[in-house]
Amino acid sequence: MYAILKNELKSYFDSTIAYIVIGLFIFLTSVYFFLGNIYNQSSDLSSLFETMGTILLFIVPILTSRSISEDRKNGMEVLLITSPSKLSDIVLGKYLAVLSVFFVMVIITFIYPMILLLFSEQIIIPLIGEYLGLILLGASMISFGVFVSSLTENQVVSSIVSFVGLLFMMIIQPISNSFGGTISKVLNWFSIFSRYDDLNRGILGTNTIIYYLSFISVFLFLTISAIEKRRWSKG
Amino acid sequence: MIEIQNLSKSYGKIKALNNLNFVVGKGEILGFLGPNGAGKSTTMNIITGYIPSTEGTVKVCGFDILENPREVKKRIGYLPEHTPLYSNMTVIEFLKFISDLKLVERSKKKNHIYDIMELVNLADVRGRLIKNLSNGYKQRVGIAQALVGNPDVLVLDEPTVGLDPKQIIGIRNLIKDLGKKHTIILSSHILPEVSAVCDRVVIINKGEIVAVDTPANLSKGFRNCSKLQITISGKRSLVEKTILNINGITDISVDSVADNEVIKYIIESSKDIDVRESLFFAMAKAGYPILESKPLNISLEDIYMQLVTDEKEVIS
Repeated sequence: MYAILKNELKSYFDSTIAYIVIGLFIFLTSVYFFLGNIYNQSSDLSSLFETMGTILLFIVPILTSRSISEDRKNGMEVLLITSPSKLSDIVLGKYLAVLSVFFVMVIITFIYPMILLLFSEQIIIPLIGEYLGLILLGASMISFGVFVSSLTENQVVSSIVSFVGLLFMMIIQPISNSFGGTISKVLNWFSIFSRYDDLNRGILGTNTIIYYLSFISVFLFLTISAIEKRRWSKG
Repeated sequence: MIEIQNLSKSYGKIKALNNLNFVVGKGEILGFLGPNGAGKSTTMNIITGYIPSTEGTVKVCGFDILENPREVKKRIGYLPEHTPLYSNMTVIEFLKFISDLKLVERSKKKNHIYDIMELVNLADVRGRLIKNLSNGYKQRVGIAQALVGNPDVLVLDEPTVGLDPKQIIGIRNLIKDLGKKHTIILSSHILPEVSAVCDRVVIINKGEIVAVDTPANLSKGFRNCSKLQITISGKRSLVEKTILNINGITDISVDSVADNEVIKYIIESSKDIDVRESLFFAMAKAGYPILESKPLNISLEDIYMQLVTDEKEVIS
């Protein structure tokens, strides 16, 4: 796991992808922070966090699209699978690598609340919930993206499919409610964004945390299964 | 070292491998020979645990690949077809990554990698990016990668494909050297390679084994007559008559005719009789000088063609 994680991180930061994505994220959030908080003289960060969730919708597919598909395309998958490392460790390593890039972005955003702290100290407690929500949301989106990238060897397809999938999860709640019954329950399971809004509003429940953690586990498990299944069915 | 029993692999209705059985002994270099699409890579992918078999068992050092995959994978170094590499890494970075992946102990890692680079002659290019290396060097990196973790068994899928003749000889010598310490399975569709490097050959075609033997035995077994190419100066009818009178010669045919009645013949004789001496004296006595004489050995190439060519295919 450690080998994969180290290697993936290296390739993210050796290429320009990580820098471009992190730069883009910071640029957009900074603009929003300036307009929403500095310019309007507001110390409420919840709308900034909401926007960050939306920006992640565009950024996560770019980060995860190469995760597993690239190794499949250049044949390295054979070496990974025939090595004595466990498949679960390999997938976990790849997942944690993307997660680490995401953490770098999250850490940089600490600068916004710090600026506000100069003027007001009341923001600390809601901040914990907001950051927890952001991290859980990002981690879930990444697990979905990694799963999608295990389904194809084409990076473009991978990023488009995970973008569409995540977009679907974003708009799913109003749609699913119109169905009613079991379908609505099933569809609601995917609505990672509605729960994020809850966290953002300061509703911090263990069930929400458990929900996100199980969402991540399910998609990591599906990723491993997808790779296993391909081994068994083709070659 | 490697035991393969009743190995079959189906892709849906298509049978890629049908009931393969063979054993590779310790320290042996086994050549795996067959035309493209015969099932060589499939077999190797199964042995190394990349894809599972449909039926049958593969045991490496006593461990079953399906029951105990990690133990088997620890003991196998695999060079897959097309040599997968991370081209944006330097040679040493790549080998470090592979040794982490193969769970080589950290304290031994550095020395181990340097030993391997020394062995396969990569030390000079260790700091260069893999994408800037020549194909020969890339292939060496691929072999180096397979050697990481010091596995007992090396599985090399077409290790010399796409190399120039000088590089091919280099890689072959390297494989021969490695054969002293490791058990090697090597696949190829190039015949001279197999006869040059391997102790034993498995020839497969359309997923089935058609022959297993040493290259020498294969040539011997397939020869039911020995052939001699001979150039004699003299009148054709008389020469032929004299030759056919010699004991042991079964057939004579004309290969080519140069002018002045210098003719190249192909003489066939029974397998166990050496006719060269009696031929010489008979010709000397008759006054027809032998200008040139060359025994024609049946090559692995002929055997291979005989084994893998269907009669039907030849007709159509």
